[in-house]
Amino acid sequence: MARIELQNITKTFGHHTALADLNLDVADGEFFVLLGPTGAGKTTTLRLIAGLEKPTAGNIRINGIDVNDWGPAERDTALVLQQYSLYPRLTVRENLAFPLKAKIRNTPPAEVEKRIDYAARTLRIGHLLDRKTDRLSGGEMQRVSIGRAIVREPQVFLMDEPLSNLDAKLREAMRSELKDLQRRLGATFIFVTHDQVEAMTMGDRMAVLNNGRIIQVGRPHEVYNNPRDTFVASFVGSPAINLLNGHLAANRAVVKPQSFELPISGAPASDGPMTFGVRPEDIQLASGAPVEARIHDIENHGIEKIVTLRVGSDLLRAAVPARLEVKVEDPVRFGWDPEKVMLFDAQTGLNLRHKAA
Amino acid sequence: MAAVTSRGQRFGRPVAILAILAVTLIFLSPILWIGATAFKPRAVATSVPPTVFFEPEVTPFVKLLTKRVQLKQPVAPEVYEAAPWWEKLVYDGGERVLKVGDEPQLSQYPNRFLNSLIVSIVSTVLAVSMGTITAYGFSRFKIKGEQDLLFFILSTRMLPPVVVAIPMFLMYRQFDLTDSHVGLIILYTAFNLSFSVWLMKGFIDEIPKEYEEAALVDGYTRMQAFFKIVLPEAATGIAATAVFCFITAWNEYAFALIMTNRRAQTAPPFIPSQIGSGLPEWTVIAAGTVLFLLPVAIFTFLLRNHLLRGVTFGAIRK
Repeated sequence: MARIELQNITKTFGHHTALADLNLDVADGEFFVLLGPTGAGKTTTLRLIAGLEKPTAGNIRINGIDVNDWGPAERDTALVLQQYSLYPRLTVRENLAFPLKAKIRNTPPAEVEKRIDYAARTLRIGHLLDRKTDRLSGGEMQRVSIGRAIVREPQVFLMDEPLSNLDAKLREAMRSELKDLQRRLGATFIFVTHDQVEAMTMGDRMAVLNNGRIIQVGRPHEVYNNPRDTFVASFVGSPAINLLNGHLAANRAVVKPQSFELPISGAPASDGPMTFGVRPEDIQLASGAPVEARIHDIENHGIEKIVTLRVGSDLLRAAVPARLEVKVEDPVRFGWDPEKVMLFDAQTGLNLRHKAA
Repeated sequence: MAAVTSRGQRFGRPVAILAILAVTLIFLSPILWIGATAFKPRAVATSVPPTVFFEPEVTPFVKLLTKRVQLKQPVAPEVYEAAPWWEKLVYDGGERVLKVGDEPQLSQYPNRFLNSLIVSIVSTVLAVSMGTITAYGFSRFKIKGEQDLLFFILSTRMLPPVVVAIPMFLMYRQFDLTDSHVGLIILYTAFNLSFSVWLMKGFIDEIPKEYEEAALVDGYTRMQAFFKIVLPEAATGIAATAVFCFITAWNEYAFALIMTNRRAQTAPPFIPSQIGSGLPEWTVIAAGTVLFLLPVAIFTFLLRNHLLRGVTFGAIRK
């Protein structure tokens, strides 16, 4: 098992900079998630660790050893991809045996059988072993793909959006299965996703990437509660955070254009323009609340309702209990939790109260 | 799925089938004609009006494969009786098979046929293997000036090859490559290489590179990944490319005529050269043509499934 360090990694493709001065330290046995939108550089990061790409600048270390000059085979990482991850024309068993039959490993047949058996039991794919891979469902394919990583007993598991092609129900099941598997193996996992739910639910720690840079690294709840800037704040969390433009005036948030004012606790002494961020669950509807709004839209999620409130020209989303009876265009009153409101610089988008973790 | 047939389809289908049959017949008629001629008695072959129904015989094939001379006097009955069936057929035509001792002499045809096989097979193997490796390189690696290089490769097909026949002939004479198997093999490999590179690039582009990358990460070298993963996936493309290359090399006439005359002469220039002296033996020429058609027909038939996928490739998404 392994500790992975990326030091000042830059990767350019022609004129395009995919990664800029990236630093990352993934601890041994950690479930580490790389989260970001398409084109953020997540997959490039993974390919650099696997050795499929060479960094333009910077060092990659596995267990403290500089592996820049090592090929993919020597790095002993296992890669699980979103699709095309199984060898066609081979059966499941042959797929699982394939990495073990590489010359550099040269595993004795008895050991191959033992490991296939272990992987099959771990992933419950024993009944599929003699099937051709094109006869498998999406979920089965991904299981086999993970199985092919397990038999290797690699230094590190690299997963590139392994759940993206699965349907919602299966994805949910596989999330907890993967997390459980990682705990049992005690292995280092680096997991790439653009789905913030996966990042929040699976990661021991996560890094949020955008445009080839790491914006924030931290535990999921830290990133959620204490985002470094408006990008992280809006990327993490569903439904998305409410971002409102305005300014501060004597511990009160004045939301422009003069729609409403609400209190803020512990505001810094600044009265310039800024962006207020408030999570939907920190907005409460109550009859005696300070601001009046109308219901613009209602989404019933079963365990709760997400209502969109309209105040002047501003729209806000609030999470309310499912049993609350409201109708579109009903007048309601709302307030927010002054402790939970985030303040962002209107120009840079940086969190003014961000504490470096 | 429920079968949905409109009235148009119900009437359209038989009409379409008839049309296809008619077109097929038109295209096949020369082959049918040459096939029939190969089995006709000599007199029937050139009769006017043409004979459609006749008693087939294999005499033209026997004549094709043996060296013969005209009989100066009728053959003695006991010699005739003792002769094997094929020799009798030759005697019937007023000729006898040349022999050294008791061994009947073969005509030049088997040798020319063998030349065709050697040259076509070797040049196809070379063109397809070189083309596949080149296409893999173009498909998987960033190469400076890739588009220009590919265009350059394609440009070698932009003029009819015969245009360079005379300079090629002079060069070949300089290097002593005229009338040699090696010479023809080099020539046909060069003809087919650009085609092979382009076709194979299309096929290899369609194979997701993730497969090889998975193999690389799993501990295989680039070469091992190529042989274990890419080649089996490219089998269809290789088969289709091989058929096209083989047909081109097999049918090539102009260069074979210019560059060879005896030792390395292939079947295409040899067959018409038989017309040259005396009365043309049309049935023998037809027999030679029919045998000549067989390898391509067999090769194409064996690879027909790949070929279909090959000519329609790009239309089907995996």
